[in-house]
Amino acid sequence: MEIKKAAMAGTLESSDAQVTVEPGSGTIELSIESSVIHQFGKQIRATILEALGRLEVESAKVTVIDKGALDCTLKARVECAVYRSNDMTENLPWGGVIR
Amino acid sequence: MSHPNKKRLRRSMMFLNCQKPGLIKDPYIYKPDSIMLDLEDAVAENQKDAARYSLFHALQEIDYRGVERVVRINGLDTPHWKEDIRVCVAGGADTIRIAKTESAKDVHTVEEHVLAAEKEFGKPEGSTLLMAALESCKGVLHALEVCESSDRLIGVALSGGDYTKDLQTVITGTGVELQGARQQMIIAARAAGVQCWDTVFTNLDAMDVFEEEVRMIKMMGFDGKSLVNPRQIDIVHKIFTPTQKEIIFAEKVVKEIEEKKALGIGVFTVDGKMIDIAFYDGAKRTIALAKASGVYEGDL
Amino acid sequence: MINAVGREIPKEVLKATGKEAFKGAYAYDNYEYTKAAPRARAMMDPRRSKMVENIHEALVKCEIRDGMTISFHHHFREGDYVVNMVMEEIHKMGIKGLTICASSLGKANDPIVPYIDDGTIVGIQSSGVRGKIGEAISTGRLRDLAIMRSHGGRVRAIESGEVHIDIAFIGAPTCDEYGNMRAYGGKSDCGVLSYAMVDAQYADKVVAITDCLAPFPNIPASISMTQVDFVCVVDEIGNPAKIATGAAKPTTDVRKIMMADYCTQFVINTPYFKEGFSYQTGVGGASIASTISLGKIMEERGIHMGLGLGGITTPMCNLLAKGLINKIVDTQDFDMGAIESIKSNPNHIEISASEYADPFNKGAYVNKLDFVILASLEVDVNFNCNVVVGSDGMITGAQGGHPDTAAGAKCTIVIAPLLQGRIPAICTKVTTVTTPGETVDVVITDYGIAINPRRQDLIECMKDVKLPFCTIEELRDKAYAIVGEPDPVQFGDRVVGIIESRDGTILDVVREIKEYEFAE
Repeated sequence: MEIKKAAMAGTLESSDAQVTVEPGSGTIELSIESSVIHQFGKQIRATILEALGRLEVESAKVTVIDKGALDCTLKARVECAVYRSNDMTENLPWGGVIR
Repeated sequence: MSHPNKKRLRRSMMFLNCQKPGLIKDPYIYKPDSIMLDLEDAVAENQKDAARYSLFHALQEIDYRGVERVVRINGLDTPHWKEDIRVCVAGGADTIRIAKTESAKDVHTVEEHVLAAEKEFGKPEGSTLLMAALESCKGVLHALEVCESSDRLIGVALSGGDYTKDLQTVITGTGVELQGARQQMIIAARAAGVQCWDTVFTNLDAMDVFEEEVRMIKMMGFDGKSLVNPRQIDIVHKIFTPTQKEIIFAEKVVKEIEEKKALGIGVFTVDGKMIDIAFYDGAKRTIALAKASGVYEGDL
Repeated sequence: MINAVGREIPKEVLKATGKEAFKGAYAYDNYEYTKAAPRARAMMDPRRSKMVENIHEALVKCEIRDGMTISFHHHFREGDYVVNMVMEEIHKMGIKGLTICASSLGKANDPIVPYIDDGTIVGIQSSGVRGKIGEAISTGRLRDLAIMRSHGGRVRAIESGEVHIDIAFIGAPTCDEYGNMRAYGGKSDCGVLSYAMVDAQYADKVVAITDCLAPFPNIPASISMTQVDFVCVVDEIGNPAKIATGAAKPTTDVRKIMMADYCTQFVINTPYFKEGFSYQTGVGGASIASTISLGKIMEERGIHMGLGLGGITTPMCNLLAKGLINKIVDTQDFDMGAIESIKSNPNHIEISASEYADPFNKGAYVNKLDFVILASLEVDVNFNCNVVVGSDGMITGAQGGHPDTAAGAKCTIVIAPLLQGRIPAICTKVTTVTTPGETVDVVITDYGIAINPRRQDLIECMKDVKLPFCTIEELRDKAYAIVGEPDPVQFGDRVVGIIESRDGTILDVVREIKEYEFAE
């Protein structure tokens, strides 16, 4: 999927993550800030990249500010931000690329 | 045949905001019978989409350890409900709570979309249950037709806030404003053979008043109550837990009826009370409640 | 070398400190040693005054110089002004290379961090450090190794002469001109002066600092004039609002209440719950809730607590007032209710930190505990606890009496919610061992309760008790199933601090934190 415009999802509350996607320049430029970076940095990055990969996002600047979110929340925030950047809120592929 | 979970125990149905990851992470720890993941009032209008992704992954990835997962979807007068239904069915919600139900037609409309979603997402047809919230005078007056509207329908719940507005009064704390609706609904639910739940109680500083209300609705025949805070769960369970006396009596009734049936006897006495087959279901229900409450140690 | 809790203690650290690696919680039982003694100056001339004009004069008269060790107490908690006030004056005088030996340091003491950076302070020995001081240590800005000791361990270090205090600065809510100090009756009441008693006894010079000069004799005194060299009156020794808060409202968090109920059910099903039992608990929501629910059962069954020990809060004092506790023996007051109680209830008694927890005296109160209810940031599958180092590797907490009470009590219970956000409380290996697992008997979480397999007797007596028991490994696995398996915190190489066991051996080391790096 193409990142058509900047979009954001999530909050800075505990157990949540705020994900911002912006149009990129051909690659994934990922920055992660997390309150649990030492113990979960690797997993957070893997989860974000996996979600972006599933959504076939190949060019984007992605900023994640994580406050200890579980993987299911991280995925939800990435997906929401990506679909918002495409103004899509209906007939989404639940169980397809969103899984 | 009806869905095997249609009549499961639902004393405590706790609302949770789908938008709050900290809340939906592990509510099973409080052991409610059902959680109601809310896409409606608790979620801000501009976060309706975000809540659906959270809901989907929660349903798919969090092990709720046997707690029923109900999702409250947005009203049929909003642009959100169709996608809400798709995500519920795709995610595998056990039950959908229809907001602002006013007629059997409303239930049919949702049912149609649920069926379509079950087909779309390869779920067994009929696997998603429905419950209807009655939130208006019209809804309450149509309680019977709503209760009888669908084989998927597990029951009706009163939504007192909106209902009292429609009545042109307020929640007074005395319960007087809800009397009619409560009576009407429980009678309709029983007539149709479905369950019935009372409205939320939101003042967490008045736990004693809450307790009184739970006692009352139990006496009225309700199956349980919608809850807003885990602090309320134990109180409901405690009140809905049968006493040892009730359990022993129910046990005798069940055993005697089964025994006497084999002998062809229809009416007899237990502890001086006249008993016939009509007592059987009630006694079974008491035993089931006792089991669920962890206080039954017999062999029935 | 690898110590008895499986931690690698680098040779250089053993060499530099002259300490040994931890050998087991009771390895030093019956250990014989000679107690240290302070250098004192006689006060024979009745015309000589102990009063000094200000902190500066006190410092001059105490002959402060580079390289000294000075001490403070933390009874004023987050409302303390004394540490900052004294350090500011020392800094002005250009003194360098000091070691601070405090019973604890909190966020209130953040203003002394620049003195770490400029070499005024080169060593810190404390039961804990929070806030910016912890950050300064963890980022390697303190010259010497920081030493983290339990309350009992600190007394042991002082009494055994391992640390010698040159000057003790003791903030006192009231004091007379000859140095009799009391802990209430002034503007900044803190209830007791337990931690400072040992400093007064063993420091060469003792300075009393007060904002309320009381008429002589200010007795009965917590600390006697016989130990005090100088008395200094200042405007304010602390912020009363932060020294003691109102009693915390009982928690409404169902998770905490649930854990508290598990705890109470556990306690009452042990053989130790009988007339005259002894008990200590902390200040966390779950601890306080468990005190309240235990109180109800004591009342129902007519069982009395013989001894209530430790840091004291209002709910304990309420039980005392109701006659459900025989004696409260107090080393620290956490709220106004506790201070009021010690003022007015003759069965509420102040003791010194030595009487409370010193492992090297001839018998401390902690040894007489039946139960202690504790919290922990992390507990590992060997029941080792970490209450000092945060999940980001930063020093952020205090041992306090944790290791002392755990070692002393017959039944040590740790309450911890399984998850704090994404951080699991139960893990394979704690970041830092601060209380050895052999002294921890039970871990209560919102997901289940694990009994230390060393305690087969407790396992046996819980056989028919309806509580959600499981193994500690099962608790860890439940946590990891939800949050994933955490990676170990990435540290730099340099050791910045040691975690001392109560007996003076090294339990673990703390290394410099470093920026997280994604491994490619």
